[in-house]
Amino acid sequence: MLWPRLAKALFSRPVTDAPPAVPDVVVEALVQRLEAAGQARLGRSLAIRQVDCGSCNGCELEISALGNVVYDLERFGLKFVASPRHADVLLVTGPLTRNMRQALERTWACTPEPKWLVAVGDCATDGGVFKGSYAIEGGIGEALPVDLVIPGCPPTPTQLLEGLLALLEAQASG
Amino acid sequence: MSASEPTGAQPAPARPRAAGAAATIRAGRQQACRPYPRFLLEAGQWRGLVVALRDDPTLELLGLWAEAGLVHAAFHQPNEGLLLASVAVAERHYPALSPVRPGAIRFERMVHDLWGHVAEGGTDARPWLDHGRWAASAPMSARPPAVTTPPPQPEFLGAEGEGVHQIQVGPVHAGVIEPAHFRFHVQGETVVRLEARLGYLHKGTLALMLGKSPRLAARFAARLSGDSTVAHSWAFATAAEQALGVVVPPRAVLLRAIAAELERLHNHLNDWGAVCGDASFVWPQARCGVLREGVLRAAALAFGHRLMMDLVVPGGVARDLAPGGTAAIRAALAAVAQELPGLQRVYESHASLQDRVVTTGTLAPALAAAFAAGGFVGRASGRGFDCRKLPGYAPYNTMAFTVPVQVAGDVDARLQVRMAELHQSLALVESLLARLAPGPLKLDLPQAGGEGVGLVESFRGEALHWMQLDDGGLIRAVFLRDPSWLQWPLLEAAIEGNIVADFPLCNKSFNCSYSGVDL
Repeated sequence: MLWPRLAKALFSRPVTDAPPAVPDVVVEALVQRLEAAGQARLGRSLAIRQVDCGSCNGCELEISALGNVVYDLERFGLKFVASPRHADVLLVTGPLTRNMRQALERTWACTPEPKWLVAVGDCATDGGVFKGSYAIEGGIGEALPVDLVIPGCPPTPTQLLEGLLALLEAQASG
Repeated sequence: MSASEPTGAQPAPARPRAAGAAATIRAGRQQACRPYPRFLLEAGQWRGLVVALRDDPTLELLGLWAEAGLVHAAFHQPNEGLLLASVAVAERHYPALSPVRPGAIRFERMVHDLWGHVAEGGTDARPWLDHGRWAASAPMSARPPAVTTPPPQPEFLGAEGEGVHQIQVGPVHAGVIEPAHFRFHVQGETVVRLEARLGYLHKGTLALMLGKSPRLAARFAARLSGDSTVAHSWAFATAAEQALGVVVPPRAVLLRAIAAELERLHNHLNDWGAVCGDASFVWPQARCGVLREGVLRAAALAFGHRLMMDLVVPGGVARDLAPGGTAAIRAALAAVAQELPGLQRVYESHASLQDRVVTTGTLAPALAAAFAAGGFVGRASGRGFDCRKLPGYAPYNTMAFTVPVQVAGDVDARLQVRMAELHQSLALVESLLARLAPGPLKLDLPQAGGEGVGLVESFRGEALHWMQLDDGGLIRAVFLRDPSWLQWPLLEAAIEGNIVADFPLCNKSFNCSYSGVDL
């Protein structure tokens, strides 16, 4: 039966991890960029749309893991949304394949201002191991302006959380 | 489909003599490929093979790929192993296998898009990986022609009838998921036809591997499909080791298997929970998320990387089990073992969940057999193939485990198979850990030529890798075949007649790799 298990969960310690510390340098840099851009404050909440532009799906596994109860992304006001029209942030993975470039550009165009673009993983940074291939552009920055890079192959959920929290802090103090 | 005996000539006056398909292949000139032979067939022999395959459904097509001037196919002879066949391409053409093996369709489209070889008489000539957005078409051919026209509109197979309309989904989806375009034809709520268009993730992986040593190219195999990085790295390493006649140290073999079973465990937990979540029943998903996180953290502690990427390398393993790794793995798996029975009871005792999964997304056993579907997709529809068992490879050939098989073919059957496999993997890891003895981890590979095949059971099914090395030990030709090649087309069949709202459930119960087939 499910009910006894749910009741038990109510009285046991949560399995959720303590949040990671946010690196000050990253926050500072983001605050400055935000101020420079003069963007409106959105409040301590970010809606995220994930776009896979050629990832091997390793990054997607770790991004998905952010939603499990151990990382519990939503407690920070961060949530994944189903449409770019509802999003503040595009979280983009992969070396940007030529076959995905147009889809990414259209997704970005659909995202309302103010908006941020976060490149996740080594591939999204500069093409990663796929650098030099005929089939890729060589990183998300080849097509769109990137606000934050979260490197790693793939970055761990904790690293992803650090990056996203930095973005959130920057936005709240901007 | 009816099974006919592969031996003996059957009267066929209007066409060439129909020998058994395997015998037809063995009549070709044998090439030095290990551990399974490859036969080079004359064009006439290859045409004879097409006829023989039509009359002999027992020989299963596992893959089709190419290099400049040649087309290769891998077949599976039940209970005997693999058999490879090749044919020279004559003026860009070779006789198609798709009329007699529907699984060949997407391979033929891929071979055309990458190498420019045309499958003569093929049943589908539409582009597949090539969306018209590369600088040159047939990028792996000797002289790729430059592309000067804008990308063409894709063509989809139609459906006609009263009230039929289309739903277009993707390539950017609503969840955290890989990109593809799904074109549904629906009548009311019912799916009449689904066609998936993939290729959005094409990264040119195969071309990047050419001219590199197996050691250097292994990182591409490890990134073919991140969720099966261990299995693909292992299949790739096996192909290199077979080509060079290298035997991996026993400790490395055991560590590979431990990593592969941990990978199976974390993926099965993830998907088993996610299917329940897609039916809006979130408790199992929440619990599976916790258990899976435990497995990944144990993997990170034991092998230095949560997904164990780049752990398996040609010649052995890159890293040893870290101190405390064994204890961490045992603790994580004990938590899984303790909770699985309760999860299964909850799954079986909630009618609202059972109503969504039982008789949903049914894949007929005949179709699973016709496409040689591997993994839990095949095993939930009566095809009990698991390459750990047969043809078998170390260390599994000396271990006791069973291969669970169901015949219902629905979402429920696929979940039942995965739950049973979770139990098998838990036991396998325990006995693998118990067998570990100190020893070397890795051998250097000789710089020599050769040709080899690697077959390793990933959580999805068998990963099949083939490579040819030149005399300097560099990759001349290579192909990495993810099991999803033969499962994607079956998803289209399984969704037919279901409601649109059940597509996420069906899709997740298959969980085919997008990146794995987009290459």
